[in-house]
Amino acid sequence: MMQTLSSLEFEPFLLSFKLASITTLILFFFSLPLAWYLSQTRSKYKPFIEALTALPIVLPPSVLGFYILVSLSQNSLLGAFFEDVFGVKLVFNFTGLVVASCFYSLPFMVQPLQGGFESINKNMLEASYIAGKSKLRTIISVALPNMKPAVLTAFVITFAHTVGEFGVVLMVGGSIPNETKVASVAIYEMVEMMDYTGAHIYSFLMLIISFFILLAVYTFNHSKKIGGFS
Amino acid sequence: MLSININKKLHGSQGDMELDVNLEIKEGEFLAVSGKSGSGKTTLLRILAGLEESKGRIKFSNKIWQDETNFLVSQKRKIGFVFQEYALFENMSVRDNLLYVKRDKKLCTKLLEMTELSELKDKMPNTLSGGQKQRVSLCRAMMQKPKLLLMDEPLSALDTQIRKKLQQEILALHREFEMTTIMVSHEPSEIYRLASRVVILDQGKLINDGTPKDILLRQSGSQKFSFEGELLEIVKVDVIFIAVIAIGQQVVEVVVSLDEVRNLKTGQKITVSTKAFAPVITI
Repeated sequence: MMQTLSSLEFEPFLLSFKLASITTLILFFFSLPLAWYLSQTRSKYKPFIEALTALPIVLPPSVLGFYILVSLSQNSLLGAFFEDVFGVKLVFNFTGLVVASCFYSLPFMVQPLQGGFESINKNMLEASYIAGKSKLRTIISVALPNMKPAVLTAFVITFAHTVGEFGVVLMVGGSIPNETKVASVAIYEMVEMMDYTGAHIYSFLMLIISFFILLAVYTFNHSKKIGGFS
Repeated sequence: MLSININKKLHGSQGDMELDVNLEIKEGEFLAVSGKSGSGKTTLLRILAGLEESKGRIKFSNKIWQDETNFLVSQKRKIGFVFQEYALFENMSVRDNLLYVKRDKKLCTKLLEMTELSELKDKMPNTLSGGQKQRVSLCRAMMQKPKLLLMDEPLSALDTQIRKKLQQEILALHREFEMTTIMVSHEPSEIYRLASRVVILDQGKLINDGTPKDILLRQSGSQKFSFEGELLEIVKVDVIFIAVIAIGQQVVEVVVSLDEVRNLKTGQKITVSTKAFAPVITI
């Protein structure tokens, strides 16, 4: 048993967490203006943007992965641009995974943030404008501090969802050790090679980690609801 | 001088209507805006604050706030606004609510002292009572030393005693900072006590404009008492009938004749009035 454990590689886990951390951070800054816009706008285009943002929830990951692969490959405009200008390939490497994960996990960051912004008393925001404060200052000093549970939920769910992705990663990243072979892909490979012991250990670890992440969020949000914001 | 000449289509609860206000307010004046709910009072205040757009012109002491081509955003109007439901920044202490507006510790201390809030300066808003919250909101509105203070039914959620105290504080602040004040209010006694002028809005139009004395006395008719109430019950006592009526917070009994009883139904909205040649006032 100890021999099996010590022979296991944990790089796929580290890679999964590295990918999830970077994706979450990028998505937070990208989603903040988008979620704010969606929460404040009365534009008739709002449902259109909302539907577009929510697509990754319903699309099969293989479809999403396929489109991302096609649009980021060296033969595409975007892929060619990045390769020529920055010398960066966007598929079958870690950078490609980050880009793909950002698409894949977008709704999990945008939706809780949008819900959070919408739950804030509008007059509170207006009081800040009347006090001469810009929208950015109002978001940072008034809106975000008053929606901590929503921010935490957005962070953790995005992180957990990115750790749990499989289809998109496999399509865009393949399974290159230390580059694109994340935990979920590693488990898939182990099963294919009939290494059930390894698959058991990896899967069990994933299960425990995911459960405790979710438990932490729900416990925090529950205590906030009871104790208020003070 | 604040001159308002605005127009906006509203979709109210009683169908569409047009808010059409043409008004000039002198510097230092205390104007009360009254009228039925849904008549456009709050919208007028929000338009003045730059929170809603409308057609027309607004000019405040020679500065154009809006006309055909310009629109000065709320951030630049340097006004004070007191919301009906306080709208305090829940994540900041009382003191920080004030200092967020402007880092002027001296003014902050002075305002908190004037409104007897000094002891509560480190408390969070959700631990305060309604009256305390509205005082904080009032102080917060004063932090920019506004030349124009707008208040949207600031006292309507508070009970009578707290109301009176806050009325005095509002008046003290109005005088101390020499500002123009516009307050939406339904309460005649409040308007009488605070305002120097009152306008009545009805379906988006100004239908009355004058001193509180003129307007409020005119409204209530020819020197008589008149109260709106609800008929709760009619009781027959020997040969007479007694109607039990709820007027405001009070329940009163009024003697009615048989003829009157025939026309009355319990649950009806009724008016109780009397010519008062020599009313008795007791304390």
